[in-house]
Amino acid sequence: MPKLLSGAEIVFKCLEDQNVEYIFGYPGGAVLPIYDELKNHSSIKHILVRHEQGAGHAAEGYARSSGKPGVVLVTSGPGATNVVTALTDAYMDSVPLVCISGQVPTHLIGTDAFQECDTTGITRPCTKHNWLVKDIKDLSKIIHKAFEVATTGRPGPVLVDIPKDIQFQKTDYPKFKKKNKLNGKVHNHFSQKEIDELVKLMSKSKKPIFYTGGGVINSGPKASELLRELVAATGFPITSTLQGLGCFPGDDNNFLGMLGMHGTYEANNAMHDCDLMINIGARFDDRITGKIDEFSPKSKKVHIDIDPSSINKNVKVDLPIVGDVQSVISSIIKTIKKTKPNFVKSNKQQISKWWEQIGKWREKKSLDYINSNETIKPQYAVQRLYELTKNKDTFITTEVGQHQMWAAQHYKFDKPNRWMTSGGLGTMGYGLPAAVGVQIAHPKKLVVDIAGEASVLMTIQEMSTAVQYNLPIKIFILNNEYMGMVRQWQELLHEKNYSESYTAALPDFVKLAEAYGCIGIRAKTPDELDDKIIEMINTDRPVIFDCLVDKQENCFPMIPSGKPHNQMLLGPKDQEQNKITGKGKTLV
Amino acid sequence: MTKSKSAYSVAGKKEKLDTHIIVVWVDNEAGVLARVVGLFSGRGYNIESLAVAEIDSKLNISRITIVTTGTPQVIDQIKLQLKKLVPVHKVADFKREDKQVIFKEMALFKFVGNNNKRGKALNACKKYNAVILDKTKKSCVIQITALRREIDKMSKNLKKFGLISVSRTGAVAMTRGAETFK
Repeated sequence: MPKLLSGAEIVFKCLEDQNVEYIFGYPGGAVLPIYDELKNHSSIKHILVRHEQGAGHAAEGYARSSGKPGVVLVTSGPGATNVVTALTDAYMDSVPLVCISGQVPTHLIGTDAFQECDTTGITRPCTKHNWLVKDIKDLSKIIHKAFEVATTGRPGPVLVDIPKDIQFQKTDYPKFKKKNKLNGKVHNHFSQKEIDELVKLMSKSKKPIFYTGGGVINSGPKASELLRELVAATGFPITSTLQGLGCFPGDDNNFLGMLGMHGTYEANNAMHDCDLMINIGARFDDRITGKIDEFSPKSKKVHIDIDPSSINKNVKVDLPIVGDVQSVISSIIKTIKKTKPNFVKSNKQQISKWWEQIGKWREKKSLDYINSNETIKPQYAVQRLYELTKNKDTFITTEVGQHQMWAAQHYKFDKPNRWMTSGGLGTMGYGLPAAVGVQIAHPKKLVVDIAGEASVLMTIQEMSTAVQYNLPIKIFILNNEYMGMVRQWQELLHEKNYSESYTAALPDFVKLAEAYGCIGIRAKTPDELDDKIIEMINTDRPVIFDCLVDKQENCFPMIPSGKPHNQMLLGPKDQEQNKITGKGKTLV
Repeated sequence: MTKSKSAYSVAGKKEKLDTHIIVVWVDNEAGVLARVVGLFSGRGYNIESLAVAEIDSKLNISRITIVTTGTPQVIDQIKLQLKKLVPVHKVADFKREDKQVIFKEMALFKFVGNNNKRGKALNACKKYNAVILDKTKKSCVIQITALRREIDKMSKNLKKFGLISVSRTGAVAMTRGAETFK
């Protein structure tokens, strides 16, 4: 007779078979049997957070920087509701998470028991799938299935809700065989005909552009390598979404910078004027497209995505290719090599005018700003941070707001999985716990959370987690005392009515750092900035860096909401040169 | 109201709406209907009617028939989003005008009134496969099967014959001929 295991033991057996090394969690009444079992499984380390949302974001940071699924363990009721923001965030940004939640015993479900909530009901719309385990016999099957659903196809979060009595009950644990067969929901059946069609479009195009997104990163590091090869083999310009940064080197000449609402002038204009747009693993998000009716009106659009429901969701495309980015790019390269071995040379002439035009847009230097000797400009702070950390293999997380956009504009990435930011949901408070997860996955690497003072306060309690596990994360706060992006919109679009966007009472971040048992550093002037950043980098402990920046600075360039790509608003330097008049002004 | 400059996004052009019947084969498990219906409400899709029941107790399969309206793009999205759900096996989509597909709804009508009125009511129902399910001295319950708009019309027109209560199902659909949807 096989040995009978309790539900709690089976949970760990499954995690071991899935090669899980870390779980991020917080104990409570309904998961106590699982926590009780933790001590018997030394290959799995538990990271105790200070709030379940922090567990979720930390697991996201872990997953996005390592390519492995993040695992979260929370209790019933408030434990589960607190993790909802992180699950939704992971759902929007396609991050593989497996969340295990405790539930009240089966006989109490539906009685409004203590710390009961309808966890599967609440998390249904923010997970790829979720399960309430009602029978111990289903437990192992469900957990393995949960990992499969989270990591295959377009990745995303899943949740397994386990009532406390199930955690105690016993059953046998069948030997786990990892299936090589993908589940029925994965689509990677593109045809050579589609690839041939694409190559034909590419060879005819005079104004092509690659528009790449997070799908390239999710497809694995090999996809980024192949993307570089593809760009080299075609000589086409390439732009990236916020989530795609890093899949192509940020300082490469073919790279036009990020596109979208705060993207570069050259990227957005190239998107608007191109005759062939090749979308690789991006999803035509509204922050990317601007006004949809006037989005890239003259182009043939090709969309490569693993999720069939991303095709034609926002923008109608001419050639959809449903498949995994890595295999699709690999097929494209093979086809080009076979049918047009001299593509890049023969094509050079054809797209030379296009590159000339792009050169003209580039001359606008849309990311420029007016620097100052007295106050630290936030863009300058990010640029200095970049210059001083670019030779290390640095991992950057961010919160959400102006600082996030400045980080995306001025920090140049050359590898995938180095940039973790909340793009889809836009979750303030994401960066700090995400940095915790990144540092867990990469203990020896430099991990910096480029933060705003408002965002970081939403999850500041996780500094305590960083201290507990000796995680030397650096919280680089661009402190302007405002919710900067809100202030910017109010200035530009709401007649400078700064309604509730100023934080009149902020903590002293240096003292706060000390209170948490980490190091606080403050920079007030541009002169001292470099030294202080170096001091931060050389500190082998968690640091809160309070960088006091210009309070009025706005993030440019900007596509005003509801406008198309070619109606960008440029920064103060440009505005000074070509005084915006009449029609230009109404765009703001 | 003046148009705010601070638009989050501006809605695009409105396209023509079509009515479609979406048939979904799902695992009959807890919460599956909530998943399907939640997808519709969460993404702002419309449900005109809904019919669901288990059709294969051995394989544990239920068949959900949903009548919905949307632009061609929205209908495509509905199908693709449904196919992504883990317990969904297959999704079929029929246009209401499709002659190759049979659509039927069932309705129960309760009439109260004198013999004369009830006779007229039954007469009016006859062309829709009327079945008398219950009969007393002053009332009767009649079952009909018909198209949605026919039942709409009937329930309006039969008021004068003492129709006091209507109960109806959502539409169910099946293709004509020997083929089944794969």
